Amino acid sequence: MPLIEAVNLTKTYRVAQKKEGVLGALRGLVRREYKEVRAVEDVSFTIEPGEMVAFLGPNGAGKTTTLKMLSGLIYPTRGTARALGHVPWDREDVFRRRFALVMGQKNQLWWDLPAADSFQLHKEIYSLPEDEFRRTVGELTEMFDVGKLTSQPVRELSLGERMKMELIAALLHRPQLLLLDEPTIGLDVVAQVTIQKCLKEYNADRGVTMLLTSHYMRDVEALCRRVLVITHGHLVYDGALAGITEQFGSTKVVKLQFPGEAPPDGLEEFGEVTERAGPSVSLNVERSRVAEVLEAILRRYTVLDMSVQDPPLDRMIARVFEQGRAAHELATGPAA
Amino acid sequence: MNSLPAPPPEARRPSPLRKYLKIFRVSLTERLVYRADFFLATVLRFLPMVTTILLWSAIYDGADSPEIGGFERRQMIAYLLLVHISRMFSSMPGLAFSIARDIRDGSLKKYLLQPLDMIAYLVSYRAAHKAAYIATTALPYALLFFLCREYFDGFPDALTLAAYVASLLLGFLVGFFFEAALGLAGFWFLEVTSLLYIVNTVNFFVSGQMLPLDVLGEPWAGLLKALPFKYMAYFPAVVFLGKVRGWDLVLGLLAEAAWAALFIVASRLLYRSGLRRYSAYGG
Repeated sequence: MPLIEAVNLTKTYRVAQKKEGVLGALRGLVRREYKEVRAVEDVSFTIEPGEMVAFLGPNGAGKTTTLKMLSGLIYPTRGTARALGHVPWDREDVFRRRFALVMGQKNQLWWDLPAADSFQLHKEIYSLPEDEFRRTVGELTEMFDVGKLTSQPVRELSLGERMKMELIAALLHRPQLLLLDEPTIGLDVVAQVTIQKCLKEYNADRGVTMLLTSHYMRDVEALCRRVLVITHGHLVYDGALAGITEQFGSTKVVKLQFPGEAPPDGLEEFGEVTERAGPSVSLNVERSRVAEVLEAILRRYTVLDMSVQDPPLDRMIARVFEQGRAAHELATGPAA
Repeated sequence: MNSLPAPPPEARRPSPLRKYLKIFRVSLTERLVYRADFFLATVLRFLPMVTTILLWSAIYDGADSPEIGGFERRQMIAYLLLVHISRMFSSMPGLAFSIARDIRDGSLKKYLLQPLDMIAYLVSYRAAHKAAYIATTALPYALLFFLCREYFDGFPDALTLAAYVASLLLGFLVGFFFEAALGLAGFWFLEVTSLLYIVNTVNFFVSGQMLPLDVLGEPWAGLLKALPFKYMAYFPAVVFLGKVRGWDLVLGLLAEAAWAALFIVASRLLYRSGLRRYSAYGG
């Protein structure tokens, strides 16, 4: 049985339209006009126990709205979902004891108290037995390598340390489903990597299912084999990270190194020149023409070194987002 | 180990009451971080009292009769001191505002994600706040009342004292759930600051903080005494002074309990329908 099952999840917000200026605001007092905004439309997917899945999408694509529905914060306008066998928005305690949502931008810990006090509070909120609680705290503080820091007031911790404490707090009740919204936002590279490592280890050890959103492709590459790409409320891709290149990448990057100080002229006719550095050049070439282009180049020039690569993943993703927007505008007319 | 850990069996779980007791204890620790601030704030609060006492002395000096609204000069000053004790229990600084803010900025989420009831949580938190406040300010207050002992006729009898304590504790509930209901209006209005400002200003007068309600004369005194606001200042003070006795006292306490119950039910209903709205539109 899948751990998460979403069928045609749709969320429409009603947004009050504000008119410009004082007069407009006054008019708004008398008669309000509302506009329907579709944040998420007909999103369906399933996630199996133990999977680590990333939600990708530009700002406002509907990632967080979907996470909010799965964690029971908001009701969908249409569609159904089950997480851990429960309807999330019923907010049953049995369900709430088995999952956790961590938001990188929100903090749950008590600011003026050591994290250890917040942990104690979690113990009571989730009614955890003493022995189990101690064992879990021990394991987690070791895993996140924060031993002594738990007795320091949270306000004195660095952002990275605080995020680790947030994660520990979220894991104390041993959730089987962990929803993470931008868990590494604002962290430096070292802290990001540590958090990634811990999450990965935790997933491997405990088989905890994780669904995360992130803007950092590094997070996604490090953690998730499967991605869901959502733009303008529509799920446009569900599959392996590597598969994005195959599905959406129509070009390859051909890197060439020539002898001498500068590349020869006339390369433009083979493809778009995207980069020039000394005698090195990068060309965007259509997939179907790669062999033909290489042959032609080798025939015409002396080449010291060359390679053919997929375009960088973040550029691919940007392109997927861009296509999603174009499709959306085609269907609804350009955004006002 | 790749199997999912089973949730702890229900039988091993401690009672939910423990949860809120723990919240009380952790909150107490947190509030005690601010003990110096409490102490200073209390001492500074005594300063305006001096001017109030001087003002009322001047009023009594100029008055034709030794009594105003049934209060002699000594009783009046004792009343104004006792109002501070009433407010120690019933005032809820920042409660409505923080509920409205949590709704607006989304901090409300934590109560929806965790097996935790927001209102029960806030009661525990506020009770801890009050306990910390009372503990750190007991000494300066004791000193103040000792210095002002000539305004009092000594301590009331045990029964009156018990009724006084009951009126203070119920005053906490009336004050808490009244403020909470106001804050929960934040589900419907983005901004509640001006509403709170008006309510607090009016409350200062209608609860009897400024002067005893009897001074206003009929029909105003009778009208204001029928409202719940008097339990936040006036009522406990007059109970201590022995001005309400016998059946009046019993009925007064029962009415106070009824108001508390009414506000409890009101905030529950507001919370429930507010959440429904929040989950449908916002989040």
